[in-house]
Amino acid sequence: MVVVPMTVSRDNSKAIYQGIKAAGIRFLTALPETWLVYLLQLAADDPEMTLVEVAREEEAVGIAAGAYFGGRPNALLMQNHGFLASINGVVSLAMLYRVPLVMLIAHRGHWGEPHPWHTQGGIVTEPVLRALGLPVEHARDPRAVGRQIQEAHTLAWASLSPVALLLTRDLMED
Amino acid sequence: MKRAECLGALYPELGDRLVVTNMGACAQELYDLGHRESFFYLQHAMGLASSIGLGLALTLPEERVVVLDGDGSVLMNLGGLATLGRYRPPNLTHIVFDNGSLLSTGGFPSHTAAGTDLAAVARGAGCPRVSRVGTVYQFMEAVSEAFAGDEVAVIVATVEAVGPDHYAMDLLLPENAFRFRRFIAGRRTGGG
Repeated sequence: MVVVPMTVSRDNSKAIYQGIKAAGIRFLTALPETWLVYLLQLAADDPEMTLVEVAREEEAVGIAAGAYFGGRPNALLMQNHGFLASINGVVSLAMLYRVPLVMLIAHRGHWGEPHPWHTQGGIVTEPVLRALGLPVEHARDPRAVGRQIQEAHTLAWASLSPVALLLTRDLMED
Repeated sequence: MKRAECLGALYPELGDRLVVTNMGACAQELYDLGHRESFFYLQHAMGLASSIGLGLALTLPEERVVVLDGDGSVLMNLGGLATLGRYRPPNLTHIVFDNGSLLSTGGFPSHTAAGTDLAAVARGAGCPRVSRVGTVYQFMEAVSEAFAGDEVAVIVATVEAVGPDHYAMDLLLPENAFRFRRFIAGRRTGGG
């Protein structure tokens, strides 16, 4: 059993997971982090979902590309520092070959962040995504996040591009 | 032995397997044997050919997948061997051509020339069926066992640091991606 700080929102994690399934996604690649623990537990416990955990987030880009070539809707779950670790995969595989990626990215180190180690990553996440020219949205409201995930999947596959939905502190913490 | 010799022996045995190759010499040598719609050449993002293969194998259990890789690429994604060892898709064969160098980018020696043993790394990472081969005969023996078997296999083939004398494919990168995806979709609906 994983112990997480009481501040991570169980209810909102459930809303996110329901949104993932409503988008038709049955394959997830992830590298666990604190904000994602309840979400990943839901995926691990669901016999309809395949969850692949990676050692480093860049792998998830390759695995997701394989799932896409196989015709399988899928999503990537990672912390924003993990996204930073995966950038060449995003650029030189996904963008170069026009492979859609639905990136659900926990946005640590941003507004309200008390831990100093997250803050450089938090500050550069949006500028880096925008420098890459990728569509970015923020998920703040559990009532909207399900629709946002479905819309992320729709846009990614229509544009043949990675897209990023930033899971904010407003959403992920109680 | 030369990578091209191994590929030449492997090519007629590929059948309808999906093949993902890393960049540079391996991609060119495979292409020169005859491009097929079931081949995807990852010309950048070094290290991720094996991850693409894993994604294909896990999401398409009815397909058989071969990854053609190099020591330089694998060194860039050593964690991928641990992921492979964890999930062990039975329908995946990972072939690593180990020439001890980053041939396609200037020929500098890689860590495997200095002692890193990728077969040992793969075993230590939890991959169940790992072999090191040094002759074409051994290579094809390992391939036959892997293709006939029902577990993930890693074959590390020690090869000379030589490559093709040209780099040219009449295949645009996104074109390869589109055609590879469409080929797989056609197989899924029985049209392949």
